[in-house]
Amino acid sequence: MPERVDYAVAGRELDARLTAAMARAQDGDKAAYAVVLREAVPAIRRIARAQGAPADFVDDIVQDTLIAIHGAIRTFDPSRSFMAWLSAIAQRRTIDLLRRRGRLGVREVHSPLAYEGYAAADDPGREIERQEDAAVLRQAIEGLPERQREAVRVLALQEISLEDASRSTGRTKTALKVNLHRAIRSLRVRLGGPASEQDG
Amino acid sequence: MSDGSDISRLIGDLTADLKPVRRLEAPWLSAMIWTCIAVVGAAVLFLIRDQLHWVAVRQADQFTLPGVIATGLTAVLAAVAAFQLSFPDRSGRWAILPLPALVAWIAINGLGCLAYSSEPGASNGTWPAFMQCLGLLLVISVPLSVAMIWMVRRAHPLRPVLVAILGGLATAGAAATLLVLVHPHDATALDLMAHAAAVAVIVGLNALLGGRLLAPSNRFSRTA
Repeated sequence: MPERVDYAVAGRELDARLTAAMARAQDGDKAAYAVVLREAVPAIRRIARAQGAPADFVDDIVQDTLIAIHGAIRTFDPSRSFMAWLSAIAQRRTIDLLRRRGRLGVREVHSPLAYEGYAAADDPGREIERQEDAAVLRQAIEGLPERQREAVRVLALQEISLEDASRSTGRTKTALKVNLHRAIRSLRVRLGGPASEQDG
Repeated sequence: MSDGSDISRLIGDLTADLKPVRRLEAPWLSAMIWTCIAVVGAAVLFLIRDQLHWVAVRQADQFTLPGVIATGLTAVLAAVAAFQLSFPDRSGRWAILPLPALVAWIAINGLGCLAYSSEPGASNGTWPAFMQCLGLLLVISVPLSVAMIWMVRRAHPLRPVLVAILGGLATAGAAATLLVLVHPHDATALDLMAHAAAVAVIVGLNALLGGRLLAPSNRFSRTA
């Protein structure tokens, strides 16, 4: 039986590794910096797509974000999450680029589950990307605590009404809503989406 | 539209350009440093005002101290907000921080003006006094604005206009606070207009120039 991927642990390990590498980069370690920039690219792409950027904008957003990282390198605090810092820069650059191109088509995806409902396009490359993203999302959902997983299953995947979900699971409506909200926040962080707000 | 090879090339260029950097101090520390600069400015103003034969401060009325507290708080809180928002991963809600103090500033000035205008023999102020007040505010704000822009610019803020507006508000608040040291505290309608005009000019100029001064041109640009 294939080993189950603990996506939450993998995400935290990646964040910890890149946080340490970025700290070394601030000290002038070019090899560490190259690793950080290379490994940031897939996360930036995910964030840009989650913000509603068309596929032909994504690589431009990646470049803008890498340049912004280079400019803002002094602001990175190694005691904080690298992925949260990167996410904030990538989101801002995505919004700026879309505005510059005259298309404020930034759709804030409140639920990463919106990925599953994304309309299929004719481009087979995009279809493969979507299938990969759906697989990543399914793994991330499997990594959630049981009650959060249950809330996602009944409310988001099965799309049962809150009333019916409460009756079928035996949980109160408030408990289901709270668990769904927590699940979405957790998925958002794990998938490198909009970071949770961090007050200084 | 760029492709993967352009990204690889950019990563190579950025890596080659890397130099050791000193991390920026925490935003609250930057705000403290800037506030200290304003305090030094206050000390200098106080020392030179006699040499310049500026009019001495009139006896304070019931609105003077609350007004100074409101303008001073606006300055400090707006500075904290500006330095926080210069970092990319800080919440946008920091922008709300100086608003209560700003509202208090406006309210106290307005109440002071109303109270003064109800006194027997009260005047609406004179245009020369208006120009002197406005001029002093703008002159005091220049070194404070320069210090603020220089400090914030190091972070390469991703929201340059918002940061510039908050920096301008901090500068305007500090200038209004320092003005009490060298300008008779008066609450005529023209005085109020001078303050409002100075704040609008300081914040407006910061906002207009913010995009250019706080987001310096990067040596790197997108390829393809």
